[in-house]
Amino acid sequence: MKKRKRLDHQLIFELIEPGSRVLDLGCGHGELLARLVAEKKISGQAVERNPARVADAIRGGVAVYQKDLDCGLLEFKKNSFDYAILEMTLQQLERPLAALEETLRVSRYTIVSFPNFNYRGVVGKLVETGRMPVTPALPYRWHNTPNIHLFTLYDFLDWAEQRGVTVVAGYASAAGSPFRPLNLPDDSSGAEELLFVITLAGSARLKSTGSSADPVI
Amino acid sequence: MTDPLNVCLEKKAPSDLPEAPRSVGWTSPKRVVLADQANPLLLDCGVNLAPVTVEYETYGRLSPARDNAVFILHALSGDAHAAGWDRDYVVDNRPWRRERPGWWDEMIGPGKAFDTDGFYVVCANILGSCYGTTGPWSPNPENEGKPYGLDFPVVTVEDWVRLQVRLQDYLGIEQLLAVVGGSLGGQQALAWAISYPNRIKSVIILAASARIGAQGLAFNAVGRQAILNDPCFNRGNYYSSGAPTGGLELARMLGHITYLSADSMEGKFGRRYQNGKQPCYRLSNEFMVESYLSHQGRSFVNRFDANSYLYLSRAMDYYDAAAHGEGDLEAACAAIRADLLLISYSSDWLYPPEATRAVAEAVLAAGHPVSYIEIPSSYGHDAFLLETEKTAPLIDSFLRRGA
Repeated sequence: MKKRKRLDHQLIFELIEPGSRVLDLGCGHGELLARLVAEKKISGQAVERNPARVADAIRGGVAVYQKDLDCGLLEFKKNSFDYAILEMTLQQLERPLAALEETLRVSRYTIVSFPNFNYRGVVGKLVETGRMPVTPALPYRWHNTPNIHLFTLYDFLDWAEQRGVTVVAGYASAAGSPFRPLNLPDDSSGAEELLFVITLAGSARLKSTGSSADPVI
Repeated sequence: MTDPLNVCLEKKAPSDLPEAPRSVGWTSPKRVVLADQANPLLLDCGVNLAPVTVEYETYGRLSPARDNAVFILHALSGDAHAAGWDRDYVVDNRPWRRERPGWWDEMIGPGKAFDTDGFYVVCANILGSCYGTTGPWSPNPENEGKPYGLDFPVVTVEDWVRLQVRLQDYLGIEQLLAVVGGSLGGQQALAWAISYPNRIKSVIILAASARIGAQGLAFNAVGRQAILNDPCFNRGNYYSSGAPTGGLELARMLGHITYLSADSMEGKFGRRYQNGKQPCYRLSNEFMVESYLSHQGRSFVNRFDANSYLYLSRAMDYYDAAAHGEGDLEAACAAIRADLLLISYSSDWLYPPEATRAVAEAVLAAGHPVSYIEIPSSYGHDAFLLETEKTAPLIDSFLRRGA
């Protein structure tokens, strides 16, 4: 899981414009935001529920506000950020759609990454063993997993369409390889982890990221 | 806020002795006149106060660039003696300092959170207090040099900070690296953040909020009534006739209840009897919690002035950060430029976590980043002094952030 986190760290790092305002929701130990502050001179605010992680992130030089994301983001004003990041967090929330609504409200772009439950390595394990799959992207047992709302690539795209959200870019990764542009329909079962950039700001486009890939959607 | 003696009773770890490598060693208070007739201190109440003396202590060395100064802001019953061992306790007639180091000694010293190998740490006694800075006990130049008593003007948290700003200028420090305070000290830190954004780089606020609520006002009111109704009070003119110790003792006991949590009192005393397991069928000091509070009250009256208690608790009542935004805390917080670290303690009901969080929310709404963390603790409000093992690493990290 840690290794994979770093994979989407790298992509998100590349996606974010220098000097922008970034809200990192569920920042973990704050490594990504600390790196963005140091290397891209962004102004950052992190939100994290776990006190030990909050302490680590403070040590890293990040402003961290301890809060449960399921309690909303009412203290943040509309469009007060350029990017909100939900990195491998959405599936752990009680009310994931409420959180997405909040990120769309407070920031121009929401960058969201999540494990794809329809990944063939996940479904295969489920079918083969008849038990809840334990994989590198979903490394927990059924009784101790924080992932309470598992979903798939198409679940997410269905929501985006129904909500009228513009998907600016999509990326996929599998088996520990770097994220690459999303490839439909193959990635429905070929992607282990997914990352999307979404916005309510019409047909807004992210700038090309250069190294990793260009948006495909 | 709490009596350091309370800390000693709680803590098993002994204090660092003056010779210990982590102690700032022997200390001496400094005093400076920061307002005189030519340059009086204009108070919120409209009075021009002069002269004003400030007692302060410093630990560590001011860097050649004068950029490593940290102001420690003390709470209601605190003083400038934040760390180390007072070498002048006899001449200053402060015998209680013989037995224990400064009130935040666990946090200030070589290798501690406020590392005096790197920081220049300054702590000044607040205006109206009774530890060397001008207060109701000081000679009133307009009354033949008799103590002010109740002729002392009502002071506010903003007045304290205004005086601290003069100390900053006197020390020749353009920008403070940090201002730090817990409880009433935290309210001073917030006042610094809002009123003097360019004079400070960062602010650490522990167990404090934008204001105390009606319950806090009520406790303060009863504490003051205890003093005012003491037969020795004599309208504040008791300096030659004998202090209203009974009233001050009561006020302190009441205050102490608000510094502890129900759980910590239960854990520490429960329903245990002072003498064994049997009731003695008497009305005085039967339960341990009673004698503890009495002890706290009695030791307090030996070292604190009743008039100061009246004035400082009133300043605590008045403080409302939102006043700077005409009632809107978010508008008030729009002035903040410093990096902010806010720490609350889960069982604190005097300055509860929600109240500290409300400051963080207002700062965020004003578009400024903030760090906020709630530390789990059963110690109540006292946690900001007692939970040093949990608090120190956070402060240390924050002060070294990005380094």
